[in-house]
Amino acid sequence: MTVSPGHFMLARLDDVARWAQSSSVWPLTMGLACCAIEMMSVTSSEYDIARLGSEVFRSSPRQADLMIVSGRVAQKMGPVVKRLYDQMADPKWVISMGACASSGGMFDNYAVIQGIDTIVPVDVYVPGCPPTPDGLLYAVNLIQQQIREGGRGGVVASA
Amino acid sequence: MTSSSVLPAPEIVSQTENTMVLSMGPQHPSTHGVLQLVLEIESENVVKVDPEIGYLHTGIEKSCEGLFWTQAQTLVERMDYLAPESNALCYALAVERLLGITERIPQRAQIVRVLQMELTRIASHCVWLGTHGIDLGAISVFFYCFDLRENILDLQEAAGGARMHPNYVRVGGLNGDLPDGYLAQLDALIDKFPGRMRELRGLLQANPIFQDRTIDVGGLSAEEAVAWGVTGPSLRASGIAYDVRKAFPYSGYETYEFDVPTRTEGDAYARFLVRLDEMDQAMSIIEQCRKRLDAPGPVMIDDPKVAPPPKETIALSMEALIHHFKLMSEGFRVPPGDVYQAVEGPRGELGYYIVSNGENRPYRMRTRPASLYNLQALKGIGPGNLIADLVVMIGSLDPVFGEVDR
Repeated sequence: MTVSPGHFMLARLDDVARWAQSSSVWPLTMGLACCAIEMMSVTSSEYDIARLGSEVFRSSPRQADLMIVSGRVAQKMGPVVKRLYDQMADPKWVISMGACASSGGMFDNYAVIQGIDTIVPVDVYVPGCPPTPDGLLYAVNLIQQQIREGGRGGVVASA
Repeated sequence: MTSSSVLPAPEIVSQTENTMVLSMGPQHPSTHGVLQLVLEIESENVVKVDPEIGYLHTGIEKSCEGLFWTQAQTLVERMDYLAPESNALCYALAVERLLGITERIPQRAQIVRVLQMELTRIASHCVWLGTHGIDLGAISVFFYCFDLRENILDLQEAAGGARMHPNYVRVGGLNGDLPDGYLAQLDALIDKFPGRMRELRGLLQANPIFQDRTIDVGGLSAEEAVAWGVTGPSLRASGIAYDVRKAFPYSGYETYEFDVPTRTEGDAYARFLVRLDEMDQAMSIIEQCRKRLDAPGPVMIDDPKVAPPPKETIALSMEALIHHFKLMSEGFRVPPGDVYQAVEGPRGELGYYIVSNGENRPYRMRTRPASLYNLQALKGIGPGNLIADLVVMIGSLDPVFGEVDR
């Protein structure tokens, strides 16, 4: 392609940065329970989260942008989740995947934390037990949308 | 919530001059969930392994005591979430034995139950193989496995309405008959399966890197395996052909022809081969089920005490409406007694010990999860190996933490 002096694009630097940021949201490898299996399914060829640029699951919280809390959080796991969130570099986002992570789900008992929003701030909640991979993909889409718009805050990923 | 509540107390390990303590997990890509290993290491060599469990303790057993017999079924499926049908079937069989209706379960329901068990076994082994491959750096395997698993989840969704926890097996039979088009979908899977297995074996079985990493790693002798209470493929890889389906048949398993694959080496590679052979055997059982499924029949026991009336009668008959309301609002009562029922889950002997005091809720429910007993063998086989080999051992024992911690 020949680039003549007449071909150029104008954009605000903020928009370009947000576009780049929203196209490479790297999740943290943190599988907790049943939802973690569906979280693995989104990376499979059927759902292919690579289309959204989020297939790079990082094992270190230092390299991750997005925490997907995939499953029930036991009282013993709560401090670990909080610590991992604290270790992630800003800016960071959180998806609460499934009924258990969002509200304790069907486990209203002594062992399960009744909603991880009591520990970490949540950006998107995904309903389901477990949610389908499509549901999680939609949640990642919502995160991208939030990044592009520059805002954040609890959004429920349901139609 | 300080860091001291996360890290183990120092007295758990006996630290000497040349060793250091390394905490592996609970957030670690190779621990298959939320296992924490407190390792005492001397350079790269592991001197002592202390598995720390409980990071997924959900209180399922306790919660079940507050639910009706049918409601508890939804919770038990969340234990071994890779093979929900095996939990559901084991629980249903146990309650049916307490009710004394084991002999009256319709034939078709039993065939579909076996079909679901074997499908879920293949799906579970797919996840095991995919993640085991990733642990060893073979990422392509994951995509092949999850493609196959996706077909099985489609079948589960068609039958029960949900991909992972269909709650399809119920006390007394099934939630409903198989939907239209299910058998055609099943036929497609049966056709696809042998080719996909050839590909999976081709990727790993003769792969020199995979063999180097797994042969003679995590060796478990037959005596050790029995002493640790190991069951399932891990036990059979050590040379003991114990399979609940053969030893204590249930749901008509005695009428199916299948082999129990065994190896004698007892290492991670043997466990890999046994599981692959098991997938082939599971498919041969599925083919036998498929042949028997052409004949229609009832899928729920004809007993108004346990089975709700058919949905279509509720709008037409007052008696059916009242009957349905009674069953849904207060459940059914189970005669007092206790029972232990085991099934062969993908990871080994999965058992439920249930005590009833005659109420409409379980008095006590105790699970014998195969993963918990298999995992403790890690304490025995871990020391004396490299940290990297420990990852292979965890993968080859295939623990599921929903089941370990419950």
